[in-house]
Amino acid sequence: MKRLSKDRLWAIAVLTPSILLIGIFVYYFIGRTIYVSLTDWGNDPAQALALNPIIRWVGLQNYSELFGGFLQGRFRQELVNTLFFTLFFILGCLGVGLGLALVLDRNPKGEGLWRTIFLFPMSLSFIVTGTIWRWMLQPQGGVNQAPTLLGGQPSTFAWLSSNDSALKFDWNALPLITASVVGVVLIVVAVRAAREVNRARMLVAAVCAALLIGWAVLIGPRVKMLPTPELHGFNFAIIGIIIAAVWQMSGYTMALYLAGLRGIPEELREAAKVDGSNDSQMYRHVIFPLLSPITLSAMIILGHISLKIFDLVYAMAGPDNVAASVPALNMYLTSFRQNQFALGAAIGTILLILVAFVIVPYLANQFRGEEGHA
Amino acid sequence: MSKAPVKTSSLKKAFLIAAALATTTSALAAGKLEIFSWWAGDEGPALEALVKLYKEKYPSVAVDNATVTGGAGTNARAVLKTRMLGGTPPDSFQVHAGQELIGTWVVAGRMEDLSSLFKSEGWTKAFPADVVKLISSKGGIWSVPVNVHRSNVMWYNPDKLKAWGVSVPKTWPEFISTCATLKKKGVAAPLVVGENWTQQHLWENVMIGTLGTQNWENLWAGKLKFTDPKVVGAFTTFGKVMDCANKDASGLSWQQASDRIVSGQSAFNIMGDWAAGYFTTTKKLAPGKGFAWATAPGTSKTFVMLADSFGLPKGVKDRAEAINWLKLLGSKAGQDTFNPLKGSIAARIDSDLSKYNTYSRSAATDWKNSKIVGSMAHGAVAPETFTSAFGAVIDQFVATRNSAGAAAAAQALAVRSGFGK
Repeated sequence: MKRLSKDRLWAIAVLTPSILLIGIFVYYFIGRTIYVSLTDWGNDPAQALALNPIIRWVGLQNYSELFGGFLQGRFRQELVNTLFFTLFFILGCLGVGLGLALVLDRNPKGEGLWRTIFLFPMSLSFIVTGTIWRWMLQPQGGVNQAPTLLGGQPSTFAWLSSNDSALKFDWNALPLITASVVGVVLIVVAVRAAREVNRARMLVAAVCAALLIGWAVLIGPRVKMLPTPELHGFNFAIIGIIIAAVWQMSGYTMALYLAGLRGIPEELREAAKVDGSNDSQMYRHVIFPLLSPITLSAMIILGHISLKIFDLVYAMAGPDNVAASVPALNMYLTSFRQNQFALGAAIGTILLILVAFVIVPYLANQFRGEEGHA
Repeated sequence: MSKAPVKTSSLKKAFLIAAALATTTSALAAGKLEIFSWWAGDEGPALEALVKLYKEKYPSVAVDNATVTGGAGTNARAVLKTRMLGGTPPDSFQVHAGQELIGTWVVAGRMEDLSSLFKSEGWTKAFPADVVKLISSKGGIWSVPVNVHRSNVMWYNPDKLKAWGVSVPKTWPEFISTCATLKKKGVAAPLVVGENWTQQHLWENVMIGTLGTQNWENLWAGKLKFTDPKVVGAFTTFGKVMDCANKDASGLSWQQASDRIVSGQSAFNIMGDWAAGYFTTTKKLAPGKGFAWATAPGTSKTFVMLADSFGLPKGVKDRAEAINWLKLLGSKAGQDTFNPLKGSIAARIDSDLSKYNTYSRSAATDWKNSKIVGSMAHGAVAPETFTSAFGAVIDQFVATRNSAGAAAAAQALAVRSGFGK
């Protein structure tokens, strides 16, 4: 055990206020939100804003309402929207960012100016970006008018108001789809374990996979979360929002990648050249592998931005546009316009869990890394 | 253990003395009044004129005009909520008259009953009985309406209608056949609608025009279910009306939608009478020439109203000043100062019509002679819980055109909001 030196006492004294404040304003409020999400606060309008509201404990009722309630189709569409938005937003930012970084890494003329231009969108807030892009993606005006400059017909794509969608699936089939996907992953794990001659792991994975697949085949098709089929898919209205978000954040990934590229010692490139590799081989086998930690951290940061995105969607599509809505927007409307605090808290909690899925593995990885160094 | 109570009581005493000192000094200095509203921009001068009138009557009172900007008060309502829940209510706040106040704050027991004020000021006679009914519940009257807007107005371009050779439709079926005629003549979208709330606005006009006023009132009293075949049929009519509309609706504000009437791109627009102010003031058009109006199809003897009103929260700091403010708002002088500037008409039936413009005069005449019902889209007949979630129902319906599904969703919402049982 270490002694309590003067230095350590000072450290404790200085840290205590922030620990207390974080304890109250972050963790206590998280706990409070989770508690509220398990009550019925606001489900009865008369109690929502009363001076001393009667609040009852209802367990997971709000959550089952969100995932299977007749009125909450909007929330389910938003979950699907978030999934597709996150996917395309991250892919877009990584692709564009890496491309720009590779170009700038070749030291073009006026590199500093280009860097500033590419990084500039990040200095705007999402609400500004959203407003500008809303103007540009207007149904009659903006980019739809671009072909007329060349004498063509104006295009008619409904960037933010389209109701068409692709990749549709029935929400009722969700348990089935999930079970099948997890089952297939477990089979892959089992096969790998078998190759590595890890018998225990192979057995566990194989048994779990068999159970899941068996469930999916025998019981899954009969599970009904909703009385009627409910189709959700990738709405084309989100494409406009994805473009704006990528425009805003790809400069940031560019900066990350550029820092990574500049951090690669010249000796490695030279060594690769001496060994007779051409440019593309050098990038594939030397530089990209060294950039993979940067890709990971960029994915984490972009991932949590996309899960909590609110202002961009609010500015571009408006609050009532279900086709392009996201859970954070619904949480705001549910809590502060409909006064359904418990239901809003439940949506908030679901968002927290989703963000935790992204952040916790990253944090665990970071801590493990630090311990390794220490 | 025994020491603690002594300590708190002495502390309390000190606090009380301090508080008493503070209140006496402020009372000696001057009264104070905080008014909370979302009137800014175009509506700012009208509010300022009212405040000026108040200061003339009560020169010692310092008026704090706390305005939170944002269309239709969505931002202001959020700020108001945090203030009310935080225990610092403004002395008097603006709210859409009717269920927006009753379903949110009155049911929660946060408002003072103004019945005695209505009696002493003679307002039960000055305002139409239908309006007093809309702002009352549970034996109380809850707010003072300052102005009235009409929501069932159909705007059109008279020259264009003549050129197309069609007349103004009187019923919704007639509207749909007029729409077919116009489509044949190459008008892609005979009806122009804008973002979601303007579609809700259109929806309520189709409902009232199809179901009639009695059924409309029954719907909000819980006596008629949304799943009733009549209502489902009206939803189907609404779908057919939406077939006449532009496809880029959700990208348009109501002003942009009105512009298409002026440009002749579309023939009709259903909007509230604030559009008259937009046409005359912003677009510099002459009433009856550049633009014209009729009641929305099927609602000729009906006045669908929405009103801005002020209420008195419980436990405010400057109650006496707030009551004087409410008295001013309900008075003839107050309403005739405010409304000509705001572009609305007075809620009182004895207002001085010479102060108003052509459109307002016609609306004021109808105000006295029509059956008055409340608007859903503007908070008169349905509580916030319903109106705010109903946007998604309309959006879903416009995408799918599933009348039965939308009706069932609306019914479920009604039950959840506490009036559809």
